[in-house]
Amino acid sequence: MKYADIVHRCFRCGYCKFTSDYTDFNCPTYRKFRFETYSPGGRMWLISAWLNDEIKNSERFQEILFSCATCANCVEHCVFTFSEDLVNIFIAAREEMVNKGIIPPPVRDYLKNINVNGNPYKEPASDRGKWAEGTSVETYSDQEYLFYVGCVGSYDERAKKIAKAVGSLLLKVGLSLGILGNMETCDGNEVRALGEAGLFQFLAEQNIASFRDLDVKKIITLDPHAFNVFKNDYPGLGGEFEVYHYTQVLAPLIQSGKISLKECNAKVTYHDPCYLGRHNGEYNSPREVLKSVPGLELLEMERNRGNAFCCGGGGGNFFTDILGGGEDSPARIRVKEALDTGAEIIAVACPQCAKMLDDAVKSEELDDRLAVKDVAEIVTGCLL
Amino acid sequence: MYSLKFDEDVCRTCPTGDCLVKCQYLEVEKETAIAEMVKIGQGEDSFVLHDCVTCYACEEYCRRGNYPFYLITERRQEKGLLTTPRAITRQWINIGEPQGKYRLGDVKERVLSFGFMPEFLRWIKGKLFEDVMPSFIFGQEFFCNVVYIHFANTAIIKERLPKVVDNFRKLAVKEVIFLHDECYGAFAHLAPAYGIEVPFKSVHYFEYLYNRLKELKDFIKPLNIKAAYQRPCSSRLSSDKHHFVADIMELIGVDLVEREYQDDNALCCGGIFSMCFGYDLAHDVQKRNIDDMVKHDAEYCIFNCPACQGSIGIQVAKRGIKPIHMIHLCRMAIGEM
Amino acid sequence: MNDIAQSLTKIVGKAYFSDQPEEAYFYARDPGLMPPHKPDYVVVPKRVEEIQEIVRLANREKIPIVPMGAGLALTGLVIPLKGGIVIDMKRMNGIIEVNEGGRHVIVEGGTSQGLLKAYLEKNYPRLRHSIPDSPATATIAANVMIHGQGRLTQQYGFNSDMIAGLEVVLASGEICKIGSCAISPDWFSKGAPLPDLTGLFLGWFGATGIITKVAVKLYPRKKLRDVEIFITDREDLIPAMVYELTHTEMVEDINIFAQPKPMIFKDNHHITIFMTGDTDEEIEFKRKMIWNALDGFIKSKDGGFMGVPPVMKPTLLETPQRSVSRFADVKKGGGFEYSGPIIMIDKYPACARKIVELGEKYDLGYSGMARIIGRSHAMMYGFAFTFNRADPDMMDRTREALHEVSEFALEAGGVFWKATVDEQKMAMSKMDPNTLDLMKMIKENMDPNGIMNPGNWEVN
Repeated sequence: MKYADIVHRCFRCGYCKFTSDYTDFNCPTYRKFRFETYSPGGRMWLISAWLNDEIKNSERFQEILFSCATCANCVEHCVFTFSEDLVNIFIAAREEMVNKGIIPPPVRDYLKNINVNGNPYKEPASDRGKWAEGTSVETYSDQEYLFYVGCVGSYDERAKKIAKAVGSLLLKVGLSLGILGNMETCDGNEVRALGEAGLFQFLAEQNIASFRDLDVKKIITLDPHAFNVFKNDYPGLGGEFEVYHYTQVLAPLIQSGKISLKECNAKVTYHDPCYLGRHNGEYNSPREVLKSVPGLELLEMERNRGNAFCCGGGGGNFFTDILGGGEDSPARIRVKEALDTGAEIIAVACPQCAKMLDDAVKSEELDDRLAVKDVAEIVTGCLL
Repeated sequence: MYSLKFDEDVCRTCPTGDCLVKCQYLEVEKETAIAEMVKIGQGEDSFVLHDCVTCYACEEYCRRGNYPFYLITERRQEKGLLTTPRAITRQWINIGEPQGKYRLGDVKERVLSFGFMPEFLRWIKGKLFEDVMPSFIFGQEFFCNVVYIHFANTAIIKERLPKVVDNFRKLAVKEVIFLHDECYGAFAHLAPAYGIEVPFKSVHYFEYLYNRLKELKDFIKPLNIKAAYQRPCSSRLSSDKHHFVADIMELIGVDLVEREYQDDNALCCGGIFSMCFGYDLAHDVQKRNIDDMVKHDAEYCIFNCPACQGSIGIQVAKRGIKPIHMIHLCRMAIGEM
Repeated sequence: MNDIAQSLTKIVGKAYFSDQPEEAYFYARDPGLMPPHKPDYVVVPKRVEEIQEIVRLANREKIPIVPMGAGLALTGLVIPLKGGIVIDMKRMNGIIEVNEGGRHVIVEGGTSQGLLKAYLEKNYPRLRHSIPDSPATATIAANVMIHGQGRLTQQYGFNSDMIAGLEVVLASGEICKIGSCAISPDWFSKGAPLPDLTGLFLGWFGATGIITKVAVKLYPRKKLRDVEIFITDREDLIPAMVYELTHTEMVEDINIFAQPKPMIFKDNHHITIFMTGDTDEEIEFKRKMIWNALDGFIKSKDGGFMGVPPVMKPTLLETPQRSVSRFADVKKGGGFEYSGPIIMIDKYPACARKIVELGEKYDLGYSGMARIIGRSHAMMYGFAFTFNRADPDMMDRTREALHEVSEFALEAGGVFWKATVDEQKMAMSKMDPNTLDLMKMIKENMDPNGIMNPGNWEVN
């Protein structure tokens, strides 16, 4: 297994569980399950034990490994020099399990659906671009940017609304962009995170080839997960593109007055998505977009930026739900934290976060007090 | 193997005794000054050997090139007169020991020396340096070792400096721009004083910056600020380059405040005093120095040496003066900071 | 699922019960060198009533119970030597009440150091507690229970001296209030003016009862904090230097360390001196007093204040200091254990020489680290070794080195802190027999069925 030579180095000190200022436990699985085994340090020790044959692969062990949301709180806060590899280590362990074919059924099903259908929803590929109907978003053909939407944005009902909002808004600010529509295939971030390295490589190489064939140079992603994998993993497979999350191109254009916004008095708190924030260091662009809206009051949650508390959807959990729900689920904790700021709206920049937090608002019966909106939806709602 | 090129007759015939007369820490008249230096030259004891605070200034005050401070240091070492607590000396000797962890950029004939100051690894970027970078060197293997004269230890310098020169020789460099003032002093002043041959041209970074700023004059926007300059001890070993401070300030629109403790009369940062002599001397010197800056309405304090900046930068800031290194000031002048 | 498992599941809920191999593996160990001993069950209760029920069950079934904080004592205190139920206390992590005027806070038995620090900084910025340098996940109750030390120890003693009351669950399952809270609604004293019953629980490693609440005294938190390091090559002068420093009463904390690497630390002993103040004037006054106290040593060249590099200062001023944990990876192996006897400060030179000797004898990475307790009343001298967990030979050598430390410490008049089981036996074999009998009487009466962290403080 990759990183087998460093898994024993964990001191199980627990800094990985916390925020930088220790205000709360910030590892989603530890916060939920409360056994040390579900913390990053627990995973490290158990992986080491598994590699040394001291424990066997079991349902519990699989749950421990696959519940990890890959949110990178541990990477951010572990005090040791190998901290940057922590999530990679968990993914490497997952790869070992995938290679041996001993994985939780939801993971198996997800990977199968991607393999067979090209998306986890078992929906036809031909429906992939349908979200764009009724918008001015066109098929990609030599525009400056490819707007890459991803599986969630293409098929999930809530996320499709976000895709429409983002696509339309980017056109409104004057960007030249197009989509692949039903030619688009899965970016593979979750496939990679779930340990199916072979399938990921296949998807990536396929996408790289398609993008090259179309002479794509610049990509704007809807989803931070796609942003992450295009930016960090595709170059190693020969896919070198200029990659942006949509808020990164939107922010300067709004600030330079490309669109006119009306006064929108709203109290908004922004939830940092892990794959935009901690994984890629982008905390500012979404905030700059929000601050450009006249009258909008941006309130920060106690845990923000590098300390943001994950919604629990990452690491494949959005589809496999191994992390699970319940009162102590990360998303439900997060929406209560948002409420504490006095905000009426939780702004998100990730369709997965949007759905996770939306569901959590409903579970907490906060529908009348808190709304979850994508940054683009907020801006669109304030257009003159 | 290397001995100091000191000539007793030069002291004996000195018309001024300026080395000690001008000393900011000893109250000495000309006759006493000459007599004491002759005694020291002859290996006798002298109150100077006990009371000198190692500010290096006499190396500048002596206009006859007779290395008074180096001589004082040699004699202290011979007599076992410690200036510094043993532990401090040991620590600095340990820190300076080559570890094989040096870093080399794309080294060409012309190279920037970062010495052993890790700050430069972060600071050296932008237009000012693009004609030399990425040709740089960093590490204890290129450490000038001059600091040990504060600790009355020339033996370590004689042991290490030739090896450092060798390390440069192996890189076949022809011109070295020293970003640390003391490094320049080592190769331009101390090495010749001990007959250590230096196989390259040494360039002080002030001179380099001045010339670069002239080349980049179209980028300069006058800063229109008032600043005090914090002159480091090592600048006394390169007094012929001190004029570049004023030259640079003129180029970039900085009004260097005329204050009491400047040029010949500059006060050092006191960092070494803290280590060697306790609380009072260091704090007295620092207070007078910073009071002087405040009194003359300095908005900025320009540092030449990162160690000085470490010693009094925070104190300066607390008095409402912004500490800034010369490199950052120059980058500011061309709009990069 | 057997009856015990079913009962435990009913008590804490299915989600917080485990008899699975994964938890058995993890909770059988701590990050130190003690061999593993697997628990039969691990539970994570939320309320004190659950703890009571668990204890009653354990008594009925004669099953051992081992309460656990973060398990960072490193000396195996949370390892279930005889199996049984490990009670992971960390779900009980509430901050119950801060009494600002009375300067105390009541926390639950699993509340972490980090959480309290963050809470106080946000809500009561003029108050602080004596935080140790163990990782922020370490719990307050466990630290107090092992007589831990922290940033205020030089001023106020062990962290266990700084408590204002306990709530404990006895081996019978009953709850007991210890201190003023036994009579008064106010938690202001751990014992005085009543008989101080905290001694029945503190230092016993859970062998007499489980701490479910602790009131911790709070102290003034000043706005500013700074650090100086005084270094010397003469370990024999350390006691005198510390004596002068503690005389000033200007110092927050004094830590001393000596280690061969990195090079900046080689060959010297470093007295790290922390000071606090609300204003620059206050700090500067304290700094001057501290410097003047050591002036004689500076003049004799026996010691001096090193310039603390700007990159080092924030690391030193962190609370807790994360660099302490990083020692575990010096050998790229995640291993760190130390024996930290409490001992008179005049033994510093002997301790300092001993660790060098052991480091060389056993070819180990080491650091000698001392924290001053009170006004030179004693010190904790930590003989710390770092090891590679993937190197069994290095681990064995570390164990041997630590065993020699234990022997040396006892011989030198030290008393083991957070003693391993072996050290407990060594301590008991040297103990005054009447004292030992008293311990035996207490243990037998408080835990007649021998279920409370058995294997610890067992007087045979």
